[in-house]
Formats: sequence, structure tokens, C-alpha cells
Amino acid sequence: MIEVKDVYFTYPNNVEALKGVSLNIRKGDFVAIMGQNGAGKTTLVKHFNGLLKPTKGTVTVNGVDTREESVAKLSRGIGFVFQNPDNQLFCETVEEEVAFALRNFGFEDKIIQKRVEWAINLLGLAKHRQSSPFMLSGGERKRVALASVLAWNPDVVILDEPTIGQDYQQKEKLRQFIVQLNAQGKTVVVVTHDVEFVAECNPRVVLMAQGEIVVDGDAKHVLTNAKLVTEASIVPPQISQIFMGLTDLGLPFDIIDVYEARDILLDFLGGDL
Amino acid sequence: MDDILCESRTVNKTLAIINTSGLIYTYPGGREPSLVDVSLTIEKGDYVILTGPSGCGKTTLCRCLNGLIPHFYSGKLEGEIKVASLTVSEHSIYELAKHVGLVFQNPENQLFALSVEKDVAFGLENLGVPREDMRARVDWALQMTGIYDLRERAPHELSGGQQQRVAIACVLAMKPDIMVLDEPTSFLDPLGAQKIFEVIGDLNKKLGITVILVEHRLDLASKYANHVIVMDEGKVVLDGKPLDVFDSESARLIGVGIPKATRLYQALRQSGVYLNRVPVNSQEATLLLQEVLTRDRG
Repeated sequence: MIEVKDVYFTYPNNVEALKGVSLNIRKGDFVAIMGQNGAGKTTLVKHFNGLLKPTKGTVTVNGVDTREESVAKLSRGIGFVFQNPDNQLFCETVEEEVAFALRNFGFEDKIIQKRVEWAINLLGLAKHRQSSPFMLSGGERKRVALASVLAWNPDVVILDEPTIGQDYQQKEKLRQFIVQLNAQGKTVVVVTHDVEFVAECNPRVVLMAQGEIVVDGDAKHVLTNAKLVTEASIVPPQISQIFMGLTDLGLPFDIIDVYEARDILLDFLGGDL
Repeated sequence: MDDILCESRTVNKTLAIINTSGLIYTYPGGREPSLVDVSLTIEKGDYVILTGPSGCGKTTLCRCLNGLIPHFYSGKLEGEIKVASLTVSEHSIYELAKHVGLVFQNPENQLFALSVEKDVAFGLENLGVPREDMRARVDWALQMTGIYDLRERAPHELSGGQQQRVAIACVLAMKPDIMVLDEPTSFLDPLGAQKIFEVIGDLNKKLGITVILVEHRLDLASKYANHVIVMDEGKVVLDGKPLDVFDSESARLIGVGIPKATRLYQALRQSGVYLNRVPVNSQEATLLLQEVLTRDRG
């Protein structure tokens, strides 16, 4: 679906943000892109909808080279929710905001109404529909940005740091929501620092450092590799930290889930009783 | 259950640096109060984590601590609040700023000068600190936060984590008794966040600065705190030691992001395995588990 081949990208100020990145995202994948501030995560995902074009190498989306397609066309299939919602919100009411892209894509009024209704309810924004997005809290603005992207039903949803400013409950809702989207066949790409959030979602993890991909694998293996995650300025999930201290007892170290951890400990104790 | 929890923390009012009683506050035009009967005591030298769902009143409470409420935000304030022996409603923001420093979520909102040291000096210039004294205080604040080497750099060229340390240095240079930090690490990667928590922990331990940290990511932050306050719908619903608060049923119900170490403890307890204490971070959990696992083996 998205094919990144040996991509280099240099910003106009000569900062080389990507240095030979290759990555294949298949339809229905759920990928978390992780790494320290400045590792090139956002630069990479901005290539997926053509916002940035590679300096060298190619990015193809559904077989089409992003250099030969407009951002508007690519966006129809790839929805991008930015890190800072203020960069993407500008309408006077939440309702208008969510309808904006649909109007741009030329949907009929009736469909627009339906989709707006659907997206607003989905993200729990019904009571704010007439509010100005700028009167809402940071977490709420983030959900407006997400609603406005989901409304046009793109195949791929890219979320840049979706958990910033969200409390635990909202994060949990967001997690369930993303997992559900993915189960419905949507391809989901999340750029995030939030280790515990990733540990709970258990996606494929692409770890980046200094413009390169360091490792690409399932969450459990990547996040429990203490050496790699530390190099990428990430702290292993708390459960895996606990288990790293128990390896002397013959317990596995690559555990990230609370309930899996419990079962292993119960097994260990039970076996000896 | 929660009442018991609140009372189990023995409060020594003579050590109180912040004391509120029956605080009720409604923003101008607000239909309902954002703070509802908030009574709490924070002792000098405490490291407090203030948490709770978005919109629960955390930020509003912070605004009361440095006098932004009621001096900048009008609205209706009832009850009493004393900070560093000053009754907030009777002292100006300018006076309170000498005692209470505020650090925001996004350092970009707070930094504007052309060099790091100019940014750090700005607050002191405003307070009219003499020049020689200012130099010494700026250097000291830069050293304490580990950014002395960056003093001549432009703040906007720095990484998010470095910028946040500059923001902390700006506040530290004012030598406040109390530092209030509103989600200071949400834009940072985990190691960057950990460094900020360490810097804050150091200021608390070495300088005895009272810290009030508004935070959702308790897994990372809870290591340093000795006091946790949970708010919900404008009220203080839990107030106590970290282990008591994290292990309470209501923390789970309100949806506080209880550290995974504590959740593992709870899951084991449900299955009849008891650790000696409630762990709030991974190091504690590892030690407690080692005890149980080796004991039952031998």
C-alpha cells in the first residue's frame, strides 16, 4: 500500500532528516513509529501523503509515485492528523470544521450531513458541535482534528502524537477506537513517544534514530530490547523493566502486558507449590 | 473509604506552605464552579503530583496558587487560600511571583529572548534584582538545570527537552519557594521527560523547593513524589501518599493512569499473591517480586 524505497530527505536548511529509509506498509497494518525528538518520524510520515517529496529514493502509494500526484488527491486516501491541532483547525464551529474537507472533496450535502453526524458522535463531540474549536481544551481540539479526518473515510489514518495532552481515560478510549478502526480494515500509522500506550496497543513498531530505521518488528520484541530503545531515547515499558530485574530467576524478560505478567508469575509460583 | 484515606495522611499544619479551605471558584460567564470546596494542605518540601481527568480543575487550582485567580481571571472566588503565609486575594501577582513559579506545558509559549541567558535574566530584571546579583543567579539556575553550556544559544534552536529546561531555569532564577509545573513533559520523548523529572526531583531534594507537578504520565513521574492529589469535577477526591492513592478503588474508577507496577500488584493480589507493599515504580516492584518469588521457592 505504502512503499518507501531508500528515501533521503534534506530540508532547505541542509538538515538531513532521512538517510536511506525503506519501509513497506501493507493494507490493514497497524504501525507505531517511535524514536526520540528529531529522529525523523514526522518527516517520514509527511512523505506518505505527499506533503514532502523525497530528495532521493521513491515513495509509492497504491502503486503511484507521490512525486507524480497532488497532495489533494493523495489525501483522499490518506488522512493526516497533525501533532498540534491548532495547525489544522480554523473554522468557527466544530461542525463546520468536520464538514470542511468533505465540502472540498465535493460530497453531496446529504452525505456531508450524515458523515459529520457520524464523526462527531464517534468522538464524543456532540455537545460541542456549535462551539468554536478554539474554546475547547487541548484534548478536545485533538479529537475535533481526528473527527474532521475520519469524516471523509480515508483508507489510511496517520496520527502524529495522538496521546499528547490526553488523560488516561481519553487515551484508553482512543486506544479502543484505533484498534477498532484497524479491525475494520483501516491502515493505521501512529507516531508516538508514549511507550505505555504502544505496549497496550501492541502494534508493529518501527524504531527510528537519526534519520534511519533502527529496527522494525512487533511491539513486544522492540520495546523489550533495552539497548535499542535506550539508544532511541525511549524508556522500556514498566512491566518489561520489572521483568528485566527478574531474569536471574529464569523468567522471560520480553513481557509488556500486565496480565501476561501476572500469569507468568502465577505459573512460576504454582509450579513450585 | 476516601475520607479515611484523606485522614490517614497526618498533616502538620505548622509546616504548611499552601493551605486552602472551602475554595470555590467560577470563571466569568461559567455556569458551574470549576473548583468545588477544595480544602488541602501542602507541606514545605512536598513533591506533589496533581492529577485527574482533563477539565477536572487542575489548571484552575494552579492559577489560584500564584494569584492569576482572582487577580487576572475575574469570576467568583470563595473560601480562603494561603500561599507562603500570604493570603492570595490580598497580595498582587507580582508579590506572589517571588514565592511561586509557574512552568507551562509548551516552553515555546514562555520563551522569547534571543539567548538562553537573556531569557533566564528576564524575570529577574522585572523584579529589579541588582546586576551583579543577577549574573550570579542566572549562572546558578543554568547550572542547576544542566544547561550552562547552552547559555549563548537561541532558545528556539534547542530541542524540546532543552527548551523545557530553559523554562525551568527561568523560574528557578527567581528562587521561588514553590514551583508549579503544568504537564511539563508532554511534548518530550521518554528519556527527555525522565531528565526533566530528575531535574525537578533534584530541585526538590537539594534545595527543598516545594513542587506541584500536574501530570498524567504517572509511570514516569511517580518515582519522585511523596504526595498525590487526584481531582475530579472540581473536587479533590483523593489526597495522600502515592501508594495509598494508586491502590485505591476510586483512582481506578476515575480513570487515573495508575502505574503498571501498581496494576501488576493488584492483579496478583486478586489471584491471592500478596507483595509486602504497594509498589509505585518498577524498581520497587522488582524487589518486592524477588522477595516473594525466592521465598516461595525456598
